[in-house]
Amino acid sequence: MFYREAGQFKTSYAADMAIFPIRQDRIGLAIILAIAFIAIPATGNLFLLDTVMIPFLIYALATVGLNLLTGYCGLLSLGVGAFMGVGAYACYKLTTIFPGVNILIWIIASGFVSCAVGVVFGLPSLRIKGFYLVVSTLAAQFFLDWCFARITWLYNDNTSGAIEVPTAKLFGLPITGPTATPTTRYFIVLIFVVTLAWIASNLVHGRIGRMWMAVRDMDIAAELMGVRLLRAKLLAFAVSSFYAGVAGALMVFLWLGAAEPEAFNINQSFLVLFMTIIGGLGSIVGAFLGAALLHILPIGLRALPGAIGLSLGSATIEQLTFAITGALIIFFLIVEPRGLAQLWRIGKQKLRVWPFPY
Amino acid sequence: MSLLYQIFIDPFAQMIASPDLLVQTIWEGFVGGVLYALIALGFVLIFKASGVFNFAQGIMMVFAALTLVGFHEKGAPAFVALVLTIGVMYLLALGVERVILRPLVNQPEISLFMATFGLTYLLIGGGELVFGGNPKSMIASELYLPSGSIDLKMLGGTVSLQKLDIAAAVIALVMVVGLGLFFQNTRIGRALRAVADDHQAALSVGVSLNQIWVIVWFAAGVVALATGIMWGARSDVSFALQIVALKALPVLVLGGLTSIPGAIVGGLIIGVGEKLGEFYWGHIFGGGIESWLAYMIAMAFLLFRPQGLFGERIIERV
Repeated sequence: MFYREAGQFKTSYAADMAIFPIRQDRIGLAIILAIAFIAIPATGNLFLLDTVMIPFLIYALATVGLNLLTGYCGLLSLGVGAFMGVGAYACYKLTTIFPGVNILIWIIASGFVSCAVGVVFGLPSLRIKGFYLVVSTLAAQFFLDWCFARITWLYNDNTSGAIEVPTAKLFGLPITGPTATPTTRYFIVLIFVVTLAWIASNLVHGRIGRMWMAVRDMDIAAELMGVRLLRAKLLAFAVSSFYAGVAGALMVFLWLGAAEPEAFNINQSFLVLFMTIIGGLGSIVGAFLGAALLHILPIGLRALPGAIGLSLGSATIEQLTFAITGALIIFFLIVEPRGLAQLWRIGKQKLRVWPFPY
Repeated sequence: MSLLYQIFIDPFAQMIASPDLLVQTIWEGFVGGVLYALIALGFVLIFKASGVFNFAQGIMMVFAALTLVGFHEKGAPAFVALVLTIGVMYLLALGVERVILRPLVNQPEISLFMATFGLTYLLIGGGELVFGGNPKSMIASELYLPSGSIDLKMLGGTVSLQKLDIAAAVIALVMVVGLGLFFQNTRIGRALRAVADDHQAALSVGVSLNQIWVIVWFAAGVVALATGIMWGARSDVSFALQIVALKALPVLVLGGLTSIPGAIVGGLIIGVGEKLGEFYWGHIFGGGIESWLAYMIAMAFLLFRPQGLFGERIIERV
C-alpha cells in the first residue's frame, strides 16, 4: 500500500540507473540514516553505543567486504580475520612511525596495505576454484596469524605482544585511545561505514559489479565474453581486503583499544563468513542484516536469562548462547537458504502487491 | 648466503648425519598423517554421497569422544559405553538427515556448508553443556589400547615407536580396508556409490536417498568416533581438538574432495611434510610453522593440480 512505485516515472537514464530508484526506498534510507546519525547518539547510552552499535557497524563493514568477494565474485574466503589483522597492525605501525599524521589517513592507508596483501593471496584463485580455494585462503589466515604472533617488529617489540592504541586527536577532540568518548568514536565509525557501503553499492551496480557477477556465475563464459579474469578476480580480492583492512583498523582503534593476535584468528573469519551467508550472498543490505543478527542476537541471548530472572553460571550462558546460535543458523537457512536479504526481497514484493497475493 | 645454506644444505646434512632422527620424525609425521587422513575420510564419505562439505566432521570427532568418556564416567563399562556412543552417533545421523539435509535438498552448496557450521556451533554448545568444558582423559586402557613404546635399535641410534601410534595406524588401515570392502561388495555399498555418481539416476532405480544419507552420516560418525578415541588417547579430549580438524581441510583438498585413497595419501603427505618442515626448517623462521605449513603444502600441490591428486578431473563446459 505504502510501498508502491506506480506513478514514479523516470525521464532520464541517470534517474533510471540510480541506486535507489524508488522514492519509498530513499525515504526509508533517510529515516535509517537519521536514526543512525541523530537518534542513537542522542540516547547517549554507553552500552548501546559501545557494545552494540560500534561493533555491529565494524562487522557490517567487514561483511560488506567479504560479500563483494564471495557474494559477487563467487570466491569463497576464510581469511577475512587475517586481513582485518593486517589492517590493524598496519595502522598501528603507521601511527607509531609517523605520529604526526592524522589517524584517519592512516586508517585508510592501512586498508591499502591489506589490499596489497590480499592481492598476493588472491593470486592462486586464478587456478584454484570452489571449495579448493578455501585452503589457499586458510593458508593466508594461518600464515598471517603466525606473523602477528612471531614478528616482534609488528608490535614494536613490546613484552605483552599486544598492540595498544595511542590517543589521537582531530580538531582537538580525542578520537582514539582511552579518553575518546563512545559518541565520537561512533560517529567516526558510522561515517566510514556509510561512505564505504555507499561506494560498495555503486561498485556492484556498475560495470565492475556486472563483471564480478559474470565471473561468479561462470568464469569461463565470462572470459569468453571478454572479461579479463585476472583483473576481475584480483580486483575483487583487492577491494574485499581493503574493506577488511579498514574494518580491522577501526576494530582495534575505535572499538577494542588494544588487541592481541588472537583477535584475528580463524574464528573471526568464520564469524564474518557466517554473517555474509546468513545475511545473503550478493546483497549489501544482507551484509548489514547478517551482521546485525549474528552480533546482536548473542548479546540478547546473554542478557535474556538475567532479564527473566534465571540465574545461570556465566559458562552455562556462554554454552547456551553457542548452541542456540547454531540452532538459529540452521533454522534461518531452512526458512530461507538464500539468506535474510531474500526475506527482505520477498517482503518488499509482498508489500508491493498488497492486498493481492500476486 | 648463510640463510640459503640454512635452508638448502644444512637440513639435509643433518638428515644424513643422524638418520635415526629422520626416521623418528617421519614416523611421527606418519602417525599424525594417519589421523588427519581419518578425519578427511569422514569428510569424503559425506561429500561423495550428499555433496555436502561437512564442516562439522571435526566437531563430530570431539563430540563422539566426549560422549564415550561421558558414558564411562556415568558408570557404563568401556565397551558398553562404546556401543552406546555408536548409538548416539546413529541418532545424530538420523537427526541431521531429518532436520538439516531433508529441508535443504537442492539448495546451493554454500547454504548446506553453512548449515554444517550451524551444526558445529550446536554440537560445541550442546556438548559443553552436557559434558562440561574441561578437558577429559580418554579411557584408553579400558578399551585395551596399548601404552608404552617399542625401542628399535637401527641406523646407529634408537627409534622409539609408541604402541598407541602403531595401534592407531593399524586401526586406520582396518577401517579403510573395511570401508573399501563395504563399498565394493555390499548392497548398501553399491547403492552408496550409485548415489555418489548421480543422485537422480540413483533415485530412478529405486535407491532411497534419505536412507543412504543416514547411513553415510552414521559411517562418518563411526569414523569420527575412532579418530576421536585415537586423538583423545594421544592428548586430552576437549574442544581444543577441533583445531586439529581444520588440518583435515588441506589433506582433503590435496587428495581431491571425492577420493578415499586421496584422503589417505594426502594425510600422509601433509603429516610427514609438516613434521619434517617443523623439525628441520622451523627454527630458521622462529618455530611454530606447523600451524600454516600444511596449508602451504596443499596450496603448492593445488597450483599444479587444481582438482587435487586423486580428484575427478574438473571439466568445464560453457
